[in-house]
Amino acid sequence: METALSARGLTKRFPGVLALDSVDFHARAGEVHALMGENGAGKSTLIKILTGVYSYDAGQMFLDGKAIQPVSPLHAQRLRIATVYQEVNLIPALSVAENIYLGRMPKRWGGFGGIDSRAMIRGAKNSLAQLDVHIDVTKPVQSFSVALQQMVAIARSLSMSAKVLILDEPTSSLDRPEVEQLFSTMRRLKENGLAIIFVTHFLDQVYAISDRITVLRNGRLVGEHLARDLPRLKLVSEMVGRDVAELKHGGAADRQSAPLSPFVEAKGLGRSGAVGPLDLSIGRGEIVGLAGLLGSGRTETARLLFAADKPDAGTITVDGRTQHLGNPRNAIALGFAFCPEDRKVAGILPDLSIRENIVVALQARRGWWRPIPLRKQREMAEKYIAALRIATNDAEKPIRLLSGGNQQKAILARWLAASPTLLILDEPTRGIDVGAKAEISALVEKLCAEGMSLLFISSELEEVAALCSRVIVLRDRQKVGELSGSDVTEKAILTKVAG
Amino acid sequence: MNAVGGTIPVLDPPAAKAPRAKVRASGAMATVLYPTIALALLLLFNLLFTAGFFHVEVRDGRLFGSLIDILNRGTPVLLLSLGMTLVIATGGIDLSVGAVMALAGAVAACLIARPEDSPLHVFNVSHSLPLILIIALSVALLAGLFNGILVATFKLQPIVATLILMVAGRGAAQLVTNGQIPTFQHPSFEFLGSGFLFGLPFPLILAVLIFLVILGFVRGSALGLLIEAVGNNPVAARLAGVQASGVKLVCYVISALLAGVAGLIATADIKAADVNNTGLYLELDAILAAAIGGTSLAGGRFSLVGAAVGALVIQTLTTTILARGIAPELTLVIKAAVVVALCLLQSSKFRELLVRIAIRRRA
Repeated sequence: METALSARGLTKRFPGVLALDSVDFHARAGEVHALMGENGAGKSTLIKILTGVYSYDAGQMFLDGKAIQPVSPLHAQRLRIATVYQEVNLIPALSVAENIYLGRMPKRWGGFGGIDSRAMIRGAKNSLAQLDVHIDVTKPVQSFSVALQQMVAIARSLSMSAKVLILDEPTSSLDRPEVEQLFSTMRRLKENGLAIIFVTHFLDQVYAISDRITVLRNGRLVGEHLARDLPRLKLVSEMVGRDVAELKHGGAADRQSAPLSPFVEAKGLGRSGAVGPLDLSIGRGEIVGLAGLLGSGRTETARLLFAADKPDAGTITVDGRTQHLGNPRNAIALGFAFCPEDRKVAGILPDLSIRENIVVALQARRGWWRPIPLRKQREMAEKYIAALRIATNDAEKPIRLLSGGNQQKAILARWLAASPTLLILDEPTRGIDVGAKAEISALVEKLCAEGMSLLFISSELEEVAALCSRVIVLRDRQKVGELSGSDVTEKAILTKVAG
Repeated sequence: MNAVGGTIPVLDPPAAKAPRAKVRASGAMATVLYPTIALALLLLFNLLFTAGFFHVEVRDGRLFGSLIDILNRGTPVLLLSLGMTLVIATGGIDLSVGAVMALAGAVAACLIARPEDSPLHVFNVSHSLPLILIIALSVALLAGLFNGILVATFKLQPIVATLILMVAGRGAAQLVTNGQIPTFQHPSFEFLGSGFLFGLPFPLILAVLIFLVILGFVRGSALGLLIEAVGNNPVAARLAGVQASGVKLVCYVISALLAGVAGLIATADIKAADVNNTGLYLELDAILAAAIGGTSLAGGRFSLVGAAVGALVIQTLTTTILARGIAPELTLVIKAAVVVALCLLQSSKFRELLVRIAIRRRA
């Protein structure tokens, strides 16, 4: 098959991180090429380089054999590399036709006659007809569903005679029939000789549509495979970096698998577009893992349990009593605590000091009229800075000045200070060095021995297997299984994740 | 702050407390530094060029002079800026404070003067100063609740929510006075605007007391921390269990109450309720004072001391311009120029740019 877009030895360095390390990537005309990888794999960096958003430090790019160097998204577009993002980049209030022709509207009489709307509407209709979409192109884009908006975005790329079409997580907000429609469009486009690069988290979809799969991990190319030759288990093990063949069978021997009295129980908990209805129970002092690939619904489950998002189905019982949590405040009142995955957006209060960041949850629970004395606050801050080895010489420093890993530890400190009964940790060890990981694990295990329950979410199956006495496995936003006792092994988890 | 923190030696705990407290103070000082320098420069300018600016004399046991005048005239903006700072710190803004001033003033004036055509004529409370004050401030409190509920419960954008009362508040005040300007004689109420206590203007003493109460209330409780949490990162604050709606409501109520007090002072001063002019555009001065005082309009960290200094800077500027006899048509231009310069100095981006230019010059 003819190579449309190819990149060789692409390298991109960010301060302190090698985001892409000499990666080769080839998108072939008439093929759907899936780009797979977990967090920090380098997928989005690669896409951003291909579309001219980022510059690169080393490597070469070729389009139809000619060397290219896209310097901006607009430039990439002119080179006929088009991208459709998950968040559709159209202007909601403009009409479909105007969006398709944005920036290059057909003019009458050399521009003196204004925009030739009739030609524009005709052209827009034609472009959409190629995708078998027949809608009123004079209506504003916002009046259509996300799925149709994506079709409009694809039509826009087609009308600019794109050669390479990058679809960045296009299916995240689509329901099943819409995904089918998108796939049939993709099939038609590849038959017309378009090279399609497809980024998604859904394993089923990858196998449903892709001809070829490239896996990245930690900024490196792990492998390029024909989809039909790549078993799911191998794909997953490449993504998470654990080889099934090398994994031991046995789990930790001293695991107690005797049923504990359930502390928190969720039945049929779900939210459409986030995660399917699932059952989950956590005993007192138990460590339960949520395993699955990025985007499998792990974080969504945690957020539902903490009432950060409103579930549209299911019940939660705590100590046998049904609770309507409603918002995180009520969950916290029950002793829940949640360290979110995205600490920048949902974790830190960037301009406040480390001390203030640590005491804020406890303070919020006590109420503003019962301030924690400053001396007590300082003691707490000092205690957790020492216990979690937060690298700072001063608790009064704004937390944004800390490194990511240290910020993560400070957020953990925030919740430990509130002495929770159920701690939910979403990717707590990402960006933290190995020593600190062990410390956090030890600390958490000690707290669980004292009766705290823990819901542990991590992409690192090794950690999940080592820490958890029970593991709930999610795939494509559904619970696909549960392992407990001596069945909790990396291999078993991996097999379930791959399905 | 960072650099200062780095120099702290690791001492045994009891001894470590003292220098740490200093670090905290110097952190707060940093935001207050620029407005304080500006204030000092303005005063220095007057010391050099405006004859008699620093002249303070005692007449009938009362202090008089430009400096006293600045402090006295600056009280309404000072009071407004305290509430405004809290509201801004939550990520909001309160445009209604000027109108709430007029409304509270109108209510008080009509309760005292009892004009025939005012709907408040039916209330016969003119004999009781406490009742007059309580009713007028309750109206301000209701205004604050209205703002707060729109913003906190119904999630209206603060600028829109408070724009409603900015317009409607003055309308309500006109309803109260029936479009007239009621004048009154009420020595004990007038004391609020023009009285003297211990040789100092009473509004000044009142403002200082209120400043201390608010400072103690906000920083003595955990309210200050929770306000900063909500303003700095609403998503993280929610996940940490901070009840943003309650925090915001309290701030809008404080802001409106302070506006009510400012309105009473202004009304008592002129012995009349001029609803079209009382507090007119003062919301803008209050926002400016907060900004000059180093509180980011994006919300988060705030400084009440900074706001107070900011209010003084604005009043000193106004008084300076008046004292120098500058043509009135130039007044606003000069004021604007100084304010722009101050706001630029509060921007760390701009300071970086200055440093970069200075380095390039030298190179």
